[in-house]
Amino acid sequence: MKKLFLSCLSVALLGGIAMAGGHEKGTLAAVKERGKLVCGSNTGLVGFAAPDASGNWQGFDVDMCRAVAAAVLGDPSAVEYVPLTTGTRFTALASGEVDMLSRNTTWTFSRDVDLKFEFTGVNYYDGQGFMVPKSLGVTSATELDGATVCIQTGTTTELNLADFFRVNGMNYEPVPVETNSEAQQQYLANACDVYTTDASGLAATRASFENPGDHVVLPEIISKEPLGPLVRHGDHEWGDVVRWSLNAMVAAEEYGVTSQNVAEMAKGTNNPEINRLLGSEGNLGEMLGLSPDWARNIISTVGNYGESFERNIGSSTPIGLARGLNAQWTDGGLLYSPPFR
Amino acid sequence: MNRPSSKLFVRTELIPAKTPPLSEIGVAKWVRENLFSNTLNSILTILSFFLIYWLLAQILPWMTQGVWEAGSLNECRKIRESLGESTNVACWAVINERWNQLLFGFYPPESYWRPILALILFSFAISPVLFISVRKELYLLTFTSPFLCYWLLWGNTVWGPVSAAFSFLLGILLFQQISRSKLSILSVPITFVFVVLYWWFLLTPVAEQLDSFIPISLTYIPSKEFGGFMLALIIGITGIILSLPIGILLALGRQSKLLIINKICVFFIEIIRGVPLIVWLFTASLLLNYFLPPGTNFDLMLRVVIMVTLFASAYMAEVIRGGLAALPVGQHEGSSSLGLNYWQSMRLIILPQALKISIPGIVNTFIGLFKDTTLVVFIGLLDPIGLSNAIRATTDWNGIYWELFIFIGLLFFVCCFSMSRYSQFLERRLQTEHR
Repeated sequence: MKKLFLSCLSVALLGGIAMAGGHEKGTLAAVKERGKLVCGSNTGLVGFAAPDASGNWQGFDVDMCRAVAAAVLGDPSAVEYVPLTTGTRFTALASGEVDMLSRNTTWTFSRDVDLKFEFTGVNYYDGQGFMVPKSLGVTSATELDGATVCIQTGTTTELNLADFFRVNGMNYEPVPVETNSEAQQQYLANACDVYTTDASGLAATRASFENPGDHVVLPEIISKEPLGPLVRHGDHEWGDVVRWSLNAMVAAEEYGVTSQNVAEMAKGTNNPEINRLLGSEGNLGEMLGLSPDWARNIISTVGNYGESFERNIGSSTPIGLARGLNAQWTDGGLLYSPPFR
Repeated sequence: MNRPSSKLFVRTELIPAKTPPLSEIGVAKWVRENLFSNTLNSILTILSFFLIYWLLAQILPWMTQGVWEAGSLNECRKIRESLGESTNVACWAVINERWNQLLFGFYPPESYWRPILALILFSFAISPVLFISVRKELYLLTFTSPFLCYWLLWGNTVWGPVSAAFSFLLGILLFQQISRSKLSILSVPITFVFVVLYWWFLLTPVAEQLDSFIPISLTYIPSKEFGGFMLALIIGITGIILSLPIGILLALGRQSKLLIINKICVFFIEIIRGVPLIVWLFTASLLLNYFLPPGTNFDLMLRVVIMVTLFASAYMAEVIRGGLAALPVGQHEGSSSLGLNYWQSMRLIILPQALKISIPGIVNTFIGLFKDTTLVVFIGLLDPIGLSNAIRATTDWNGIYWELFIFIGLLFFVCCFSMSRYSQFLERRLQTEHR
């Protein structure tokens, strides 16, 4: 009886997936009609997404949602945030419950190809690192032979950790934890010598300690974690909107357009690239199916990439992340927006 | 009566009772008998007192001297340091700043009166059910309160819930009419079809028509703004109220001799009970998205309430079946010999006894269901636990644990403990046979 029920379920599930693949109307039109962007966000990640005391979501990933809303609807607050967990995020996007996902999701081959999503760029280059108490006297991750390691289960970090120790011929004892909060507690209670997760997470965790100076983040970064917004496969108009919203923020920083001077620059400058970006020259907005001032709306309300970074996770915040890989290519980082032409 | 005239001493009144020795009364006796009755117990008592003192000495200063005014955890720590080198006190400032979020989620603050009023209304509405001695007029409130509470919580026009209530009223009238006619055997299906058709075709038009005559409405507040303890209460209370009648029906169905009803009930109970609640929640949040056509907006909270209710009903059915099974078969036979039909005998003889036996189990299920509502955190609903994670994700409060969890724990304890006390009160009141 149960078997029959289960097989019915799975048949229906497969049929459902097949159906969900064929969205008739484009997401862009749907968002415009609704007047609101439904954005899949994190249920809470320091610096990337968190509600303030009055319930407004803030953070680096949240800014991505606000940027897209500003570009499409001209209003960065026209966003409905759907808090998603690691377990529910992909289904919510695939089933059309959310228009886009901006939830520190690593761009991997299988997610892009097999899960039928489209990553529209990278808004944060992260990588897995290690944090140890200073008193341990360790200066490099290669000295961690025999250590006990707190590790979040069911994440790519778990697999990276195993790979790293095997490649270096070392042994470790994993202490599995479920959430970042649990990991912090375990680590502070000395249940493990080492805590490993994404470097941005380590920085945020370390910043929350009573004595941050007693802990060090080791220099080794053992994995590539390019985090970025993603949309459903196959809706290329919508994918373009999200991709170029991110690119507009990156390019604006490169050309020195900020939320302060954007109004001035939109009147026209002697740099045609800026003029095309801000809509005073050419018809890029029209090509995207948006208004000519789409990028101007993003920069005047959300700011350029650098402003968003500084406001949420940069050196002026308690998290204090350095730009590192996330600097402009002109400063030796990886941020490189294709030309607005 | 003739008294003997001799001078023999005859006491004519009783000696007044002496006060018992100090060691045999009051506190002294209680202490001696309960705490220091022998050497081993004396040692254990002293050890326990020492342990309790030690615990309280650790916890009480931490709790009572806590910091209430601070903008972030680091500010708390600074204040703490200024108090002295090794003082370790709680940082209640996080509760001070975020208590409204922990209680109401993202519900707009200017509308906080609505859920509060709904809760007050609900407690009045449920009082005639809980305490028999209350005035019967309140039953009117009991039947209208679900619609009123829905309107207060979600807002929008008042005529939507009124129209829904109207459909049930019509349904009941129709049921009575058909029951008296020749078609009485079809009364249940016809009523059911009527109500479904009403909801399908007439619910919204009727509401819109009425609204255009007399517009009464509150600001609409979508479910995604609901959160915190309010969310736990709404899911918990709805589940509790709906699961009891459904559970009773399932329990009766499982005992039924009608093959199809019996098998359907058994199938339902075993399937629902055989799978963990978290799986059902994931089904509600993930699988249903695939079944429904893309773009349909079937409220996630409603889906969760339905799943939680079904889950609790399956457990409830088994608890009540236990009560039914405990009744001697003579009760069934007795009610039959009085000429009562099935529903009459159930209502008057069987269920009152079976439910009384099941009270501890029923309340146990209620308490379990209420605490299980915290599982919704895994599908991204912001219940108190989910909000505590979200609050910790702000840079101000990253790294704060105990204060939040103690606050949440206290909220749940108050609710669960009062449910437990109520069930004990109910058991005492219904204790009829061993007086």
